[in-house]
Amino acid sequence: MLDDSKPLFVAVAEQIEDGILDGSYPEDAAVPSTNELAAFLRINPATAGKGLGLLVDAGVLIKRRGIGMFVAPGARAALRERRKLAFEDQFIAPLLREAAALGIGPEELANMITKEVAR
Amino acid sequence: MTAIVTTDLAKRYAEVNALDGVTLALEEHRIHGLLGRNGAGKTTLMKLLTGQVFASSGSMEVLGGNPVENVDVLSQTAFIQESQKYPDTFRPIDVLRIAAGAYPKWDQAYADRLVERFQLPTKRLIKKLSRGQLSGIGIVVGLASRAPLTFFDEPYLGLDAVARRMFYDELLHDFAEHPRTVVLSTHHIDEVANLLEHVVILDQGKVLLDADTDELHDAALTVSGRADDVDAFLAGREPLEHTRLGSLATATLAARDGDERAAREAGLDISPVSLQALFVHLTTANASATDPATPVATA
Repeated sequence: MLDDSKPLFVAVAEQIEDGILDGSYPEDAAVPSTNELAAFLRINPATAGKGLGLLVDAGVLIKRRGIGMFVAPGARAALRERRKLAFEDQFIAPLLREAAALGIGPEELANMITKEVAR
Repeated sequence: MTAIVTTDLAKRYAEVNALDGVTLALEEHRIHGLLGRNGAGKTTLMKLLTGQVFASSGSMEVLGGNPVENVDVLSQTAFIQESQKYPDTFRPIDVLRIAAGAYPKWDQAYADRLVERFQLPTKRLIKKLSRGQLSGIGIVVGLASRAPLTFFDEPYLGLDAVARRMFYDELLHDFAEHPRTVVLSTHHIDEVANLLEHVVILDQGKVLLDADTDELHDAALTVSGRADDVDAFLAGREPLEHTRLGSLATATLAARDGDERAAREAGLDISPVSLQALFVHLTTANASATDPATPVATA
């Protein structure tokens, strides 16, 4: 359920981000509390809290004392921009590396992508 | 605040050093994992911290005091032991009644719910219970006591996977509502890894590792690929494990900054090392590093 290639609290933060990106948590909506998240994911509450803390620090979530954490206005667009930057590093670069190893040139690769999109 | 502080704590028996120079500081309101192979000294350490055996040397402070014959400390400490013995005439209900009197924060309603959840026959003689039911009593006492410091020493012998999961869920839930210091000792490392905030690994009576679980994720990595590339990457470093199959090789090593990038640039595959795998690597490497003639204690 959680990406184990990353520290657990980072995976927790990314899972909440995914929920914001796909609209599960709309802007101004509440996200699960630390304890709810810990119980659901079966992880230590401190880890869950650290994951949420990352998102507060990044301005993705807003803490309202005594009430809970809410998705910040504009968080979805900001996340999408940030993920686009990471996309190049995480997906395009390895794609090109593997293509080069297989002797697939840029033109052939572009054709393959166009064909796949049309499917 | 720290719940437990030990300084150079040692326990020697005639033939063996069960604990040897253990210095630890465990913070309060956390779930700590105490891991180690059989005979590593885990139970001895917990017995010392609960005043059941006496240290040969060194010092310790538990909840701000010395636990030995100190009712202030012991009434706030629950120690759930793997091989808890009960008088022959005892039924679970007798144990729960005594626990209710012994622990100031005992929650009877919660105990009743747990008894139901773990389907414990409260009026049958304890000596007639199954191993799993016996473990169930310990779990009920350990959780419902709400003791500020709770030790679980392999609390679920005989419990199946479903009941173990029930225990984890109850522990997490109750810990979240009533924060306290928990020390959990178990061999089911994969199952508890995500519950732990901090981990201590004991090996042959010594502290082999003392770290927050967050840090451990980056403590080691496994690289795999062409054997030549793996060798080049290792460049004289001592891996925790190195296996080879034909022209392919896999190596696990303690990580340094920049390792991931270097491995990726060398065309190697990188995978994370789970707590369980790290435990196996560390204790195995430690065993082969010491004189094989050294006697190893058994639990």
